[in-house]
Parts: sequence; structure tokens; C-alpha cells
Amino acid sequence: MGLKRLRGSLRQVIVFSLFVVLLMAGYSAYKGFGQSIDDAQTDWPVVGSILPRTDDLTMPSVFEIIAGVFAEPRGLNEAFGSIVLREAAITLREAAVGFSVGVIVGLTIAIVLSSSQLLERALVPHVIASQTIPLIAIAPIVVIWGRKNMDFLPWEWHDWMSVSLIATYLTFFPVAINGLRGLHSPSSEALELMDSYAARRGQTLWRLRLPASLPYLFSAFKIAATASVVGAIVGEISAGVTGGLGRRILLEAQRYTTGPERLYVAVLGAAALGIFVFLCISLLEYSLVRRKGTEAIL
Amino acid sequence: MRILVPLLALSLLAAACGDDDEAEPDPEPAPEATDGDDATEPEPEPAELTPVTLQLQWFTQAQFAGYYAARDLGFYNDVGLDVTILEGGVDIVPASVLDSGAADFAVSWVPRGLVPREEGANITNIAQVFQRSATLQVSFADSGINSVSDLAGRTVGNWGFGNEFELLAGLRKNGLDPQSDVTLVQQNFDMLALISGDIDAAQAMIYNEYAQVLETINPATGELYQPEDLNIIDWNDEGTAMLQDALWADADRLESDADYRDVAVRFVEASIRGWAHCRDNSDACVEIVLNNVPTLGQSHQAWQLNEISSLIWPSPLGAGVMDPDLWAQTVDVATSEGILAAAPDDGAYRTDIAEEALANLRDQGVDVVGSGFERIVVELLEGGE
Repeated sequence: MGLKRLRGSLRQVIVFSLFVVLLMAGYSAYKGFGQSIDDAQTDWPVVGSILPRTDDLTMPSVFEIIAGVFAEPRGLNEAFGSIVLREAAITLREAAVGFSVGVIVGLTIAIVLSSSQLLERALVPHVIASQTIPLIAIAPIVVIWGRKNMDFLPWEWHDWMSVSLIATYLTFFPVAINGLRGLHSPSSEALELMDSYAARRGQTLWRLRLPASLPYLFSAFKIAATASVVGAIVGEISAGVTGGLGRRILLEAQRYTTGPERLYVAVLGAAALGIFVFLCISLLEYSLVRRKGTEAIL
Repeated sequence: MRILVPLLALSLLAAACGDDDEAEPDPEPAPEATDGDDATEPEPEPAELTPVTLQLQWFTQAQFAGYYAARDLGFYNDVGLDVTILEGGVDIVPASVLDSGAADFAVSWVPRGLVPREEGANITNIAQVFQRSATLQVSFADSGINSVSDLAGRTVGNWGFGNEFELLAGLRKNGLDPQSDVTLVQQNFDMLALISGDIDAAQAMIYNEYAQVLETINPATGELYQPEDLNIIDWNDEGTAMLQDALWADADRLESDADYRDVAVRFVEASIRGWAHCRDNSDACVEIVLNNVPTLGQSHQAWQLNEISSLIWPSPLGAGVMDPDLWAQTVDVATSEGILAAAPDDGAYRTDIAEEALANLRDQGVDVVGSGFERIVVELLEGGE
């Protein structure tokens, strides 16, 4: 069983690596093709007009991007890739805190709403509406509010916590909505059985509804985890927090002309962080839900 | 009970992930890590320092070198202040942060301070640090754009979001209708569109984007682009320049709180001292900026500081003291372009604080006019390294 599993994982890794190589080959092929027809000069209908141009500024070569990972900026004894990794760790902390708070908030909302049809009808539209408010609108409010109104907390409030709150804002929604569905998922027979045991509401929640909603919750967690990374990056860009991937992306976007590969490396770092948190959740799901015979999507 | 397991595991995961970066060194050494204005711990310094927060309008770069120099060289400590510098962000409006009380002072362009002020934020400009505008319209020399009127019929890039008003006023002043005589396009915060020929003229700050072009290899020659490859339109020369970086304070607090006014004087004093230091010790000052953000390019920041210094110096009235003519020109452009509904009242700026600060500096022998200032020649390297 374990060996089978291991081989499955190995196959996953191989397929993923193959796909990365394929992607790099496709990128290079497109670039080479565009260069061979001199896309900036000819009026080829698609390449260089609808699709991006292929010059080194718009599309640095794969080798340049890889070299960008290892290049050491300005005599620092540190590769650019390692700087990005360090900044990814800062973003990960913001995202992880935002995610955790978001899960608690989302679960609370789901449990409260599932307890009453009236509440559910009245409040679900508000929960949905909350997601249509653009993050850039709330980011400055959260930052100012955090700096001014968090004195009562036993710990000192830092701006990165405001970024976590922004990440929370994106995180709680999928947890609340999926959690609500999950809590409603037990069959009426199962609920009647609990009734016949004279189980109290809390007992039904604890022993039936919550365990039954685990598969729903884990799909929500996966969405929420990647959303928390997006929220943290957007929050960093909006709120002006020192360190972090969002800041790095903005900085490299600003000086893109003089080092396009750096922006590519930073964006790839963000993508890798998203995959990493997704894997974290998947592993957790595998270790928890496996025994129930539910196959984890890994 | 089973539900506790995933929750516990989740929080462990979060903690584990959190631990990962605890071990990482902070990429930006912050000498004073105290965030916010509630320093609960007593200062180890013999004299009690007053905590002060300064909100920047953008990220750390040589544009703010004077404040970082004043902080890192202890000029603020010398006047009894413990200054925390808050970096800006894309959506952070320094004037609003200041008005909310989340910062004590703010760096903001004049129009961007005046708009919230017109909307009710009672803030006031206490020191006009930059005496000139840094905004240019840059084109390639072979495009034949030698003056504003040559922009007719061209595709002209600008950043929008309030950065375009000098351009619009300049076009009108030269008899061009921005709606019909030129094609205005929104430009990214980089110079790619100009270099790849999508636009004929690009908006650029002389201390940032203009230098970026000069840090890029010209494919025709294999060397970096040279200044003679480029034409620039300088809004200072065209008479539609608007004043940029200034220090702003809370006007209500200045009236009601004598301590705050006293802090403001000391803050401006040490800040101008920082700028004077950067004027006379540009290399050391660039190092201060790079120490704060090690991944910035050295030659790019050296270029930036040189240009920033020439926006400040010489200051015939003394650095930080408002030039009434430039103020009038800024207000004129702002009202004619509809940025402001009406000219602001007299409380929009005051010079008493800056003058008091300068008097103190003169007593200490600091040159606050910089009449002898001359730009140095900064050699830009590829990528601004």
C-alpha cells in the first residue's frame, strides 16, 4: 500500500517536471519563432500584436530567467532567488496567519448560519456582497485602523498583521460557504438517528455535522490557502509593508526595463508559494481523511 | 472530538510555517523596530525621546534619503525625536494617513495634499522640501519631438491617477487640445512602451524612469542609451510644473498642541539637516539608502540622489521655505485643470515652522541655501547596479 502510494507520488513529480520542461520548451519555441519572423517589424497578424512580442525585454529567455535566480545583485553575497525565497517566507507568515483567522471566522459564520434558516437567508447575501468589495478599497482602511485602534491588544500591532487581515478577508468566504454546505450535508436519516439518541444540538454538530463537512471544508481550505497568498501579496502592494513578495513584485515591475528576468523570478516565486500552501493543505487532508476512504486530490 | 484534530493540525501548520521565517534575518535592518506611536518601553537614552512617525508616499529610495540619513545618523535623536519611517504603498494616501492620526507627519506632493485638504482633511504644508518638479516627457531624439508643440499628432504616454496634469496644462498652454490633438495613453510605471516604440513620448521622473532608459542597452549600438539619444520636455521650463515632495502636518494639532508644534520645528530642522548632509556627502547617503534596502541598484540610487539634491538645492529662500510664486503656479495649474475646485485658503501652507527650523540650523553653521550646489556626474551602469 505504502509502496503504491510512493510510486503514485513519484509519478506526480515526474509528470509535473515534464510539464514544466514542456512549458519552458513552448515558451522558447514561441520566442524563437517570433524572433525568426522579426515580429516587431513585420505585420504578422498574431505574433507580436495580439500575442506578446518576443524581444528580450518582453520575454527574457528561459536561460536568462534561470540565471536571474542565481545572479547576485550588486555584490550582495546572496542569490536573487534566495532573496525572493526569504521574502516569500514573510508573505507566507502573513498568509498563514490570515488563513488561520479566516478559517476560524469562516467556520464560525458557517456554524451560526446553519443553526437557523432565517439567519442563513438573511445573512448569506451579505457574506457574498462582502467579496465584491475590492481589496484595494479596504486595504488603506485596515492599515490606518490597525495602527490606531489596536492598542488594547496584549501584543504590539505591526503593519504585516493588517496584511494578514486583508488575507483573512479573502479566506473566510470559501470556508463559510463550503462549510455551510458541508454542515447541511448529513442525510436526514443520520440526523433522525441523532434525534433518536436525544442528542443535543452541540452533540449533533460535533459528532455528525462537522465530521461530515470535512471533505467540503478541505476543498474550501485549498481555495482559501491560495487566496490567502493572493490576499497577502495584494495587501503588501496596497499597504506598503516592508519585505514580502508583493513589495518585490512591485519593485521589479517598476524597474522592469532594466531587468525583466527579476520580475519573472519574483512572479514565479509567488506561483511556487501558492503551490506550496496548496500542497500543505493536501498533505493534511491526506493524513486526516485518508482513513475514511476519501481520496485526497494530490 | 474528531474536529479538534484538523483544527489543531492547521494551527500547528500555521505555527510551523510561521517558524520558518522567524529564523530568517530581516532583509531590512530596522534600527528602531518600534512600530506605531505607542512606545511603551522606556527609552534607554538618558534624555526621553519623543516618538514621531513619518509616512512616506512611496517605498524606500533615494527620494527620501534625507529622512533616512537624519534617522540613521542620529540627527533626529539630537533634537530629542525617535522617528519611525513608514513606507508608502500603492493605495496609501499620505495626507489621509496623516489626517487620520496614524502618522504625525507625511511626505506628499502638493496637489496630492491639497485635494484631501479641500475635501476636509485639515492638514498644512510645513516645509516645501523640493523646490522644483521632477516630471519629464521623454522621447527619442530621432522622433523629432523638440518642444511641446511637436507632441501634436503623437502618442503620448502618461501614468494617469493625477500624474498627468502638468502634461495636460503644458499641452493647453501651447495651443494643443489634449482630447483631439494628441493621443494620450495610459503608461505603465516602466519605460518599456517608449523603448519598444509603442509610444512617442513617455512620462518619466528625472530621478527614476529617465535613468532607467539610460540603464538599458540600446540594441542599435550594443551600449547603454546615452542622454543625447533622448529629448526631454521639462515642465519647470514650460511653466506648468507643480510642486512635489513637501512635509505636511496636522493643522488642528499645530494650533491646539504647543508640544506638537515644537516637535514639528525640531522634526523639520533635523530633516533639512539630513538633506544638507546628503547634498555634501552623497556617496555616504546612498549607502544609507542601500543599507535600508540592499537590493536597490547602487548607480541608480546614486543618480537618484544627485537629481533629488538638485530639486532641493539651491533653495534661495532656504530649504523647506515655500516659494510663493511656485505655490501660485501649482495652484493655478490645479484649479485650471479641475484638480481643485477653488484655490486653497491661506492655511494650506505656512513658513513659520520651516523658518524657525532654519534659524536653528544657521546657528549651527549648516548651509541651508546650497547656492554652491552643483550636480555631480553619475555614471549609470546597466540595470542600475
